[in-house]
Amino acid sequence: MSDDQEAPTFTGTCPLPLADYPTVQLAHGGGGRLSQMLIEKVFLEAFRNPALEGLGDGAVLELAAFGLEGGGRLAFSTDTFVVHPLFFPGGDIGSLAVHGTVNDVAMCGAQPLALSAGFVLEEGFPMEQLWTIVSSMKRAADEAGVPLVTGDTKVVDRGKGDGVYVNTSGIGLVPEGVDVAPTRARPGDRILISGGIAEHGIAIMSVREGLEFETELKTDSAALHGLTGALLDELGDRVHVLRDPTRGGVASALNEIAGSAGVGIRLEETAIPLEEQVRGACEILGFDPLYVANEGKCIAIVAAEAAERALELMRGDPLGEKAAIVGEVTAEDPGRVVLKSRIGGERVVDMLSGEQLPRIC
Amino acid sequence: MKYVDEYRGSEEAQKFVAAIERLVTRPWNLMEICGGQTHTMIKAGIDRMLPDEVTMIHGPGCPVCVTPLELIDRALAIARRPEVIFTSFGDMLRVPGSTTDLLAVKSQGGDVRMVYSPLDAVELARRNPDRQVVFFAVGFETTAPANAMAVWQAAQEKLDNFSILTSHVLVPPAMEAILSAPDNRVQGFMAAGHVCTVMGYWEYEPLAERHQIPIVVTGFEPLDLLHGAYLTLEALEEGRSGVVNQYSRSVEREGNLPAQKLLKQVFEVCDRKWRGIGEIPDSGYKLRDELAGYDAELRFDVGELVAQESPDCIAGEILRGLKKPHECAAFGVRCTPEKPLGAPMVSSEGACAAYYQYGRHKVAS
Repeated sequence: MSDDQEAPTFTGTCPLPLADYPTVQLAHGGGGRLSQMLIEKVFLEAFRNPALEGLGDGAVLELAAFGLEGGGRLAFSTDTFVVHPLFFPGGDIGSLAVHGTVNDVAMCGAQPLALSAGFVLEEGFPMEQLWTIVSSMKRAADEAGVPLVTGDTKVVDRGKGDGVYVNTSGIGLVPEGVDVAPTRARPGDRILISGGIAEHGIAIMSVREGLEFETELKTDSAALHGLTGALLDELGDRVHVLRDPTRGGVASALNEIAGSAGVGIRLEETAIPLEEQVRGACEILGFDPLYVANEGKCIAIVAAEAAERALELMRGDPLGEKAAIVGEVTAEDPGRVVLKSRIGGERVVDMLSGEQLPRIC
Repeated sequence: MKYVDEYRGSEEAQKFVAAIERLVTRPWNLMEICGGQTHTMIKAGIDRMLPDEVTMIHGPGCPVCVTPLELIDRALAIARRPEVIFTSFGDMLRVPGSTTDLLAVKSQGGDVRMVYSPLDAVELARRNPDRQVVFFAVGFETTAPANAMAVWQAAQEKLDNFSILTSHVLVPPAMEAILSAPDNRVQGFMAAGHVCTVMGYWEYEPLAERHQIPIVVTGFEPLDLLHGAYLTLEALEEGRSGVVNQYSRSVEREGNLPAQKLLKQVFEVCDRKWRGIGEIPDSGYKLRDELAGYDAELRFDVGELVAQESPDCIAGEILRGLKKPHECAAFGVRCTPEKPLGAPMVSSEGACAAYYQYGRHKVAS
């Protein structure tokens, strides 16, 4: 039989070796190496297309490709929020869901236009808490100037959800002359961070059951499209990469960038903005702040000659007052992030494998 | 940040490195006992700042790493029980037993919770009178007083739904075992400052005398480690043995006496098996007989579970300082933090994990 000459393609096999992970682990959602493996081997494998392959915070679609006259570029992003606890110092799941997606669209270089929201509610969830969350979403959307234009609600049986899960999606337009993508990081580029890192992760940690500790620290959750807009308006395509280092923190975001651009990244530990309280909490818990989540910070990688101006522009925004130039892109050590430590030693800042766990002693 | 920045100054670090370079005339092998020290050393890049003559051997002081495999299997068996809330410090959750780890038991429906203090586990027991709350009490002398306090409080309140699964280990017997081994290479110790904060350092004096070596009680910040290395090397170059206290801001010769008293009330010394090293006489704590009711091994009858180590893992040689992590054939290939074969790859204090996370750069080049 001639059909036998060519083996049929069998697409029903899960490409992630089952022997390794027969069930989903928490670390598959932790933003580190296991998350990356899940995305690349399962989701990208199944849905592969050029827009998805960028693996950015969102997709940028050329409207001309859809036969739309006039062209232009649309940024499109989605994010699901399963944070626990639902309410934490300085925010809640509602404000976080708005800021998160606004920022994902902004990191594509776009100005966000509209949001959608999907709610998964657990039977028995107090209506008053739901109203608090919804009000907080409205406030965040109003402040950001991005309307919430469509939505969906589902209710699941008691015990089958964690109170509320929220999904938000957002669209925005990428202005002409803007070209940001992780692959655009070039040797010589400077790396900026818009302010103190690790604040969101530590604020959440401070109210987790079993770990409560006293702190005045609040989440940094905020919408960053004003800040990125100011950068892009003036510096245009000299802004090469934008990224909000959410779960997995600055270290994971920079590792992804180094990997996709095939460049090295060199950081100065002493230059990285870090509030005293956050640093103290990290010391106590044995956490490296480079791996702790942020929800209102932006990493910008810009051409060397634009770095000082980019710093001024960031510092001119209330959300970027403590911005700093923290390192540069190099041709050496492609794919690696290397940090010069406070005492002058050097170490590789690798991708995290799972969640950071507080140490015994 | 106060009490941190003072011990991380770049200029002072360079001064210590220069002083060590002037001091050293021949090769020396030093061992830092504690995993926390190993971690700082590699994170700050200290091992690469020291002159070539100085070889740092990473000691067995990682509580997660030396907890025997069967004890982890026992923890997993207890954590799977529906009536149990199993509590543990964070870094124990990912340590593999023979087949799986506590995080995987959690993802299969086990009630496994991370706590920051054993007293939080006691609080959980108070708030959940219809559940059995078990705390995984591992660690050295440093964590033992807090664990003792948890049992003591539970006993005072007659909380019969609280118990601990314990595998406490003690540092001096392990140092004795390392020094007495025929293939020992260690010439000077940087002793674990936090262990000495609790226990003092008088126990080390006869050890230093017997083996004619210097033991320097050392802290955990980068400058502590450089200072500790300097003092150990100075003693070696001058041919001195004995105990020196570098970590005097925290450690006194007699240690923390109230903590020691509590330890005696709750625990008694016993023989302990160390993962990768084997059984060491009088090297651990178990609950005193009158508190045996709080022993989870007895309560859940898991004492008979035994386990076999992966034949590929050379954790024993690593923990005794005979090999470096990257000298293991499985390192970074079949053994990574995602799929660790042995405990030193799991804990952030483990030598293998520290090498993997911070040192790969050096290994590759």
